[in-house]
Amino acid sequence: MSEALSTINEFVSSEYKYGFVSDIESDTLPPGLNEDVVRAISARKEEPEWLTEWRLKAYRHWLKMTEPRWQKAEYTPVDYQAISYYAAPKKKPALNSLDEVDPELRATFDKLGISLDEQKRLAGVAVDAVMDSVSVATTFQKDLEKHGVIFCSFSEAVKRHPELVRQYLGAVVPYTDNFFAALNSAVFSDGSFCYIPKGVRCPMELSTYFRINAANTGQFERTLIVAEEGSYVSYLEGCTAPMRDENQLHAAVVELLALDRAEIKYSTVQNWYPGDKEGRGGIYNFVTKRGLCKGRHSKISWTQVETGSAITWKYPSCVLLGENSVGEFYSVALTNNRQQADTGTKMVHLGRNTRSTIVSKGISAGRGQNSYRGLVKIAKGAAGARNFSQCDSLLIGDQCGAHTFPYIESANTTAQLEHEATTSKIGEDQIFYCNQRGIETQDAVNMIVNGFCKEVFKELPMEFAVEAQKLLGVSLEGSVG
Amino acid sequence: MKTPDNLTELAGAADPVTGRFTAPFQHLADRLSLSGEPSWLLALRQAGLAAFAATGLPTTQDEDWRFTNLAPLRQFEFTPTLGQSPVDIPTEALDGLAFHELDAARLVFVDGHYAPALSSPPAEESGFEIRPLSEALAAEPGTLERELAGHAALEGAPFTALNQAYFTDGALVRVAAGRELAKPLHVLFVSSGTRPGLAVHPRNLILIGDGAAATIIEHYVGLQEQATLTNAVTELVVGDGARVEHLRFQEEAVSAFHFGMLRLRQGRESNVSAHSISLGARIFRHHVDPTLEGERTECVLNGLYLARGRQLADHHMVVDHARPNGASHEYFNGILADQARGVFHGRILVRPGAQKTDAKQTNKNILLSDDAQVNTKPQLEIYADDVKCTHGATIGQLDPDSIFYLRARGIPLETARRMLVHSFAGEITDRIRYAPAREEVDEIVWDWLEALEQVHIGRRDGSDEPVPA
Repeated sequence: MSEALSTINEFVSSEYKYGFVSDIESDTLPPGLNEDVVRAISARKEEPEWLTEWRLKAYRHWLKMTEPRWQKAEYTPVDYQAISYYAAPKKKPALNSLDEVDPELRATFDKLGISLDEQKRLAGVAVDAVMDSVSVATTFQKDLEKHGVIFCSFSEAVKRHPELVRQYLGAVVPYTDNFFAALNSAVFSDGSFCYIPKGVRCPMELSTYFRINAANTGQFERTLIVAEEGSYVSYLEGCTAPMRDENQLHAAVVELLALDRAEIKYSTVQNWYPGDKEGRGGIYNFVTKRGLCKGRHSKISWTQVETGSAITWKYPSCVLLGENSVGEFYSVALTNNRQQADTGTKMVHLGRNTRSTIVSKGISAGRGQNSYRGLVKIAKGAAGARNFSQCDSLLIGDQCGAHTFPYIESANTTAQLEHEATTSKIGEDQIFYCNQRGIETQDAVNMIVNGFCKEVFKELPMEFAVEAQKLLGVSLEGSVG
Repeated sequence: MKTPDNLTELAGAADPVTGRFTAPFQHLADRLSLSGEPSWLLALRQAGLAAFAATGLPTTQDEDWRFTNLAPLRQFEFTPTLGQSPVDIPTEALDGLAFHELDAARLVFVDGHYAPALSSPPAEESGFEIRPLSEALAAEPGTLERELAGHAALEGAPFTALNQAYFTDGALVRVAAGRELAKPLHVLFVSSGTRPGLAVHPRNLILIGDGAAATIIEHYVGLQEQATLTNAVTELVVGDGARVEHLRFQEEAVSAFHFGMLRLRQGRESNVSAHSISLGARIFRHHVDPTLEGERTECVLNGLYLARGRQLADHHMVVDHARPNGASHEYFNGILADQARGVFHGRILVRPGAQKTDAKQTNKNILLSDDAQVNTKPQLEIYADDVKCTHGATIGQLDPDSIFYLRARGIPLETARRMLVHSFAGEITDRIRYAPAREEVDEIVWDWLEALEQVHIGRRDGSDEPVPA
């Protein structure tokens, strides 16, 4: 088993590939948080009065809340007064074309492997690139506009479609929801806004690259997607962050709203800096993601591949309110070194004949601790509700941990719920079997891990599936001696 | 260790509810020390009381008690039976109770006090010590100091702590290495229910030597419909290579409160089957807390809870795999009618180094009414890589195809439903190895089902109107 051991060692020791700091001047607020800071953020973004008030309400509510500590992860507490709550790349004039984008920024994206030019030509993907907090470039706007789809940065949406933002902001995740949602509501800097009008099938995959850049800047994204009756949208979110020594807090809020027969597919590949081998540095990823299936026959599907962050703590959820609505959750979470993940989903069945599926794959290596925590709740009125949950864990090495904490609550006789979980490791005999057939140990491990995650990867849009496989492949590469 | 003075303070300082549970102690403690309880025992009781006073009654804010609301217990007039004189009940009162006809040795406790007239302890024999705890404490006060309350931890277990303060009596069982208990032991705890507020605290200590074997039935029954409290703790220590079957059967009054703790420690290559069958009590909460301390240990936890009316049945367990090659299997089925609630919390903990652990946990529930509810939390916490751990939970109703199959063969709908529910319960009862007990339990389950007015299993079985789309 020495080969496998060295596999593990190398796997554990592979360095974060995307660690670099791009040198762009930032307009940054000094660290600290009070009402003035909230006002300053709002002022800088030239927001209307109602939004400033909303932020302040959220801030005041946040002051009354205490930080939750029930998650299965250990970390040094966040000093909320030591964080700077606003950083924007300094140049402001509106851009007419990609050529006007700061070359340094362009280079950064190139390093990340997402050349905007290429993206523009390729595959019909519109990219709203978020560098720190302000959107810098948006492509394919015109194409989308033709279909009536609104896809822009949050601050732009506030200016151009205030009535929509006002109507839907906080409709799914109110600022009172939890500690981090309240914080985000008070200080959110930017994010994406997406509105699909009635009956429109969005002509392309929408994608945003989030990226934390300036040191010591927490990033407080806010994403809001509204799918009107009979519409469809697939949204992709992918993340990389440069290497830092201090912990950075990422407390984003994502709200999805699906009306009658609408469908939203939300995919995430998250590869933020996980910290060094001892777990120093690395991102705290404390995110609130929730979708509301408000309409009949609506559907929301979450797919996530989580390989980064020192701590991942999030539960993309579906509230299934409309009759016959469907919630799905597919997840691959990989923890390595001292990474900790406490992630899962919540499926709240309120409407009749609502259905949900949960497939969660946890991979733990090194000293990683990987927890699945999920809630399936069937309310009394959710007659005929159906849930299937499956949580599988793969352990690589004997110092990691894999945990499952499902909560299953049913108050309706006609509901059918199933939960299954298994834990396994890559068997010596599996490796041996592959070796015997001329497959090298490295390839065998890749094959087994990819096979393990297949159910989730097949849910990802094409481009992401490739990236996700590459990501796991990269982590596993050189892992075998 | 707290001094009695501190305890008075504690009792006074705590909230009024906790105070009601701790207040009787001071008065009792004086009497007990006068009545000649050894001083170590008094210290033990004091430690228990202090631990309880420190936390008080748990609330739904405690993660472990999220779904079990003890609000009704907060109104409870707490009158511990410790120090009270035993209630006499006639032998006929026991006629017709479950397991009464079994060919078994029997220890009977009424409101926590040993009732020699009702009991038939086994004949004395070397290698076996089976008698009430009180008798052993009176005869040789020193011998139990090390063992009694040495296994069940107080931390995070307020009811165990409360029991440690107020326990009256219970069974002491010692089986020497290599010996086998010829007949099963039936330990019967009767709640007389003569008045409300009675708080009975039974305590059992069962020590099974290396390579020994025993079958023990722990049986709780309420004679009258009364709001009483039973808070029982059993410490079961099983030596290397020993085999034990433990059946816990709870049929208290439906307005009673019942809290239980089975603390199980298993030695190398031992094999334990612990069954928990529960029918009674308004709020029933049972902890099973096994630690697989030796290698190649096998542990089967098997439970069935039947609840109707406004009953709540809660099973809570943490299976601790501390050593390699252990196997644990947990099977819990629940049948819930009317407004009943079922709660299940099971955690499999595999410690670092406990390689080759094979752990399996299932919790299945059938809801017989639209107002019944289930909350289940099957959890895995795993710190070793070479393990096989699975868990599963289901909540639902009977398979419509099975119902159709039976109806197609001329079996009326209602009977078909009962048959299927019965077989669902049978999955659990069939695991009881001691056949006479198994048959009795089976009959009791069938009677329970018969007593239900209608086994209404959702509307998916084609019988009633279909669920509108």
